[in-house]
Amino acid sequence: MIEKNKKSYFASHIGLILGIIFIFFPVWLTFVASTVTQEDIIKPPFPLLPGPHFFENYSYALFEGTPEGYGKNIPVLKLLFNSAIMALGITIGKIIISLLSAFAIVYFRFPGRKFFFWLIFITLMLPVEVRIVPTYEIAAKLNLLNSYAGLIFPLIASATATFLFRQFFMTIPNEMVEAARMDGAKPMKFFIDILVPISRTNIAALFVILFIYGWNQYLWPLLMTTDPNMNTIVMGINQMIPGGDDFGHWPTIMATSILAMVPPVLIIITMQKFFVKGLLESEK
Amino acid sequence: MEKKVFFRGWFLPILLILPQLIISIIFFFYPAGQAISNSLYLPDPFGLSSEFVGLENFIFLFNDSYYLSSFVTTIFFSTSVSVLSMGLGLYFALLADRIFKGAGVYKTLLIWPYAVAPAVAGVLWMFLFSSRIGLVSWYLGLLGYDWNHALNSNEAMGLVVLASTWGRISYNFLFFLAGLQAIPKSIIEAAAIDGASFWKRFRTIVFPLLSPITFFLLVVNIVYAFFETFGVIHTITSGGPEQATTTLVYKVYSDGFVGQDLGSSAAQSVILLVVVGLLTVIQFKYIERKVHY
Amino acid sequence: MSIRKIFLKACIFLMLSTSAVFAKTQIEWWHAFGGRLGELLDEQVQKFNASQGNYEVVHTRKGNYSETLNAGIAAFRAKQQPHILMVFEVGTATMMAAKGAIKPVYEVMAGSGGFNPDAYIPPVKGYYTTTDGKMLSLPYNSSTPVLWVNRDLMKKAGLDPNMSLSTWSDVGKALDKAKSSGISCGLTTAWQSWIHLENFSAYHNVPFASKSNGFAGLDTSLQFNSGLHVKHLDMMGKWAKDGKFFYAGRRNEGGANFRAGECMFFTESSAGYAGIKKEAQFDFEIRPLPYHAGTKAPQNTIIGGSSLWVMSGHSADEYKGVAAFINFLSGTDIQAKWHQDTGYLPITIAASEKTAADGFYNANPGTDIAGKQMMGKAPTENSKGLRLGSFDQIRGIIDEELESIWTGKKTAQVAMDSAVKRGDALLRRFEKANK
Repeated sequence: MIEKNKKSYFASHIGLILGIIFIFFPVWLTFVASTVTQEDIIKPPFPLLPGPHFFENYSYALFEGTPEGYGKNIPVLKLLFNSAIMALGITIGKIIISLLSAFAIVYFRFPGRKFFFWLIFITLMLPVEVRIVPTYEIAAKLNLLNSYAGLIFPLIASATATFLFRQFFMTIPNEMVEAARMDGAKPMKFFIDILVPISRTNIAALFVILFIYGWNQYLWPLLMTTDPNMNTIVMGINQMIPGGDDFGHWPTIMATSILAMVPPVLIIITMQKFFVKGLLESEK
Repeated sequence: MEKKVFFRGWFLPILLILPQLIISIIFFFYPAGQAISNSLYLPDPFGLSSEFVGLENFIFLFNDSYYLSSFVTTIFFSTSVSVLSMGLGLYFALLADRIFKGAGVYKTLLIWPYAVAPAVAGVLWMFLFSSRIGLVSWYLGLLGYDWNHALNSNEAMGLVVLASTWGRISYNFLFFLAGLQAIPKSIIEAAAIDGASFWKRFRTIVFPLLSPITFFLLVVNIVYAFFETFGVIHTITSGGPEQATTTLVYKVYSDGFVGQDLGSSAAQSVILLVVVGLLTVIQFKYIERKVHY
Repeated sequence: MSIRKIFLKACIFLMLSTSAVFAKTQIEWWHAFGGRLGELLDEQVQKFNASQGNYEVVHTRKGNYSETLNAGIAAFRAKQQPHILMVFEVGTATMMAAKGAIKPVYEVMAGSGGFNPDAYIPPVKGYYTTTDGKMLSLPYNSSTPVLWVNRDLMKKAGLDPNMSLSTWSDVGKALDKAKSSGISCGLTTAWQSWIHLENFSAYHNVPFASKSNGFAGLDTSLQFNSGLHVKHLDMMGKWAKDGKFFYAGRRNEGGANFRAGECMFFTESSAGYAGIKKEAQFDFEIRPLPYHAGTKAPQNTIIGGSSLWVMSGHSADEYKGVAAFINFLSGTDIQAKWHQDTGYLPITIAASEKTAADGFYNANPGTDIAGKQMMGKAPTENSKGLRLGSFDQIRGIIDEELESIWTGKKTAQVAMDSAVKRGDALLRRFEKANK
């Protein structure tokens, strides 16, 4: 890279490592908790290093067992599958409709353009908890309860993604559109051949964020499904975490939590391949 | 902000925007409208009866000194979370952008925490900060400091800010990184050859080029800090001690979703929507002028 | 196997399973229990389904108590409501006020043989019964606060672990000794409003709110700023200041400290039994909740937990199934097992007697204390329970004001006057919304 100075390059590594110690620590703690015994967790001090019970706890997590007297664990694999469908549906749907609407808002002049932008934007400003009851009524009227479509569609409109693409499109040099227009390219051809490919870093970043957003949805799937075959992994974990006066087997819960993070982490790793430097070379 | 070059026609753009509009109308505007209309009523939760009360819900709120003081709490909380999470996100993104060896590992470890499910995060904060027996509290206790966020307002506020910031750094890191990667290498290399120092390059070249993504993150982080943080507050402090961590949206949640006072929670939502809506308009009007597209 | 074959098999399986389901009338039950309690609940349902051929109960967990209530409300408004909905005790007034949404249990049971309201333990069913004795919902999990004691820590403090702890002044003496021998957590509590105000009022036979704690009408107002209440909270506030009472949070945060062996005394629900038994690596004991000498105490304590509400809008045949299930759940064996497995109170007198006859109380000393404490005296109008609207928010207000006592910011009198004033404003709103 540009910085040839070895000292500052080294300092960057140190800075990142310190940052990771702080940011990644809670995840590390989850892992530690998934490898020790219940006694290690409830009796302070909390362990900092992994214990020897990795296989035991993960087999409880994977095969719906727990030690005597703690209640059954959830069927992890099936729940992971449902979560994956929901998260992928939400991610892909959101990216497509946001790309389209951001394209319309940035590259066209049509009546009500600003109004539509604000209309989309305002959807950020009312948490789902406040409007959950009427939203459920709509989903029931449309016969979407207990279906993948019902899990996905209500969560698919995304102001964040539209706004992000708008911001990115604004930075694209005007010359690119002019060149396309001179070649006689129709808008959709410009969109597919030029705009989408150069947006790939942002699409990849959004893919990661939206996939995790979809993956971690809790309240909506909880309310709109009554069929246990539609349950998601996050619902399952919530169900295991004891509330009030109840108790639960923390190592198994934490092992399940780690398993639930595997698909999102695979997405994080995969999507980094699309982080390409310097797609917009000709600018300014 | 407008683009100078654009395509003509109105049919195609309307068609393009339609999917998002239809879904927003069906699953957002219609239900949100119904929920919000409750602000003028005293409804029972089951929808069996509903009495029109005009502005009474609003008057009730503004006569409540505790409600008014939660504005101050909210401003402090939201500013802290937005500034900290954006600052740290940008800092790590700048470092990661300079690295070639092992960058993938660093990036993965920095984004990973975002994948922790909110309920699990709640458990982790308890493992870390439970009074006296949490990991951090225990070692603080050995040092002679008695951590108890159930009674100490500053510790409680610090902890919910920390937890909310933590949940957001990865997000900001990722988008700042994407923004940095989009900066043409040639520009920075030219500046480096001219002998500009890192900080000078950052201020004069990198930051202006990052401004579109920074503006995006500024707006969405403020929205996040206002609207999406009640879950963290609910698990960690329940708004306490006293009302030290009761933010506006936490009160919307606890009055509406938990307490079933739909009239009041709708009125609070309207107030919150107006406040954040205005804030966003102001950002678009004044801050966006400084953005270099 | 080819995909096609798998698909065919799946279709056949689906057809078979749906046709089997259609043969029976389905009863839907939405509840808030996961983990271990969820499994015990599932066991009850399986037993019922196997015990007869006409009805099939299908249970679904709908999150925690608040989430389950919201799910029930949303479903009712969309005409998708289950037959049975589990609602926590603070939601009782909300459910009672929703007259068109519920079908009271006494109506559901009318005409079904074998339903005898007198079989239920009075203070348990009292919480969910009208002033003229009609049962509105079926108590499901009920518990009452007791004093949990870490005997090892008492010994460490040089105390006799068998000393009397029946009054708060006994407890105070023990705390003094503990403090001087360096025990950092003499007393902690869970659910402070429930134990130190709501149950405190019932136990001392003083009103928590007017109009028989709200049972006699929505025009009730709060009364927990009386001299006796203030005296108790003053004492606790002083203990907090002196480092004898350790406050860990509004819910059951203190439970983790007690189970870890850090605290000597712990006021907490009897339902904490299963967890404490599982996790405590010290000698523990259950004692009755302490009271103040020279008052009307000990009266009886009241319950917390949840009850099952039957929702309106279903067919007569389905309600027959619901009635059969309610009868089944009230059965002596089911209740005795539930009580012994969980530490929740049995809902019938017979189940309590059976547990004693089984020898459970002898084998697990102290597990009968909660029951005795509830049933010691016939409930008065101050000790039947509470029926207050917006009660969840009122508890929030009480939590806030109590915290201001623990931190020493307010005196007990000022804090409780403020809580009463703020709570009354909410009661007036609720009264207006539910005229």
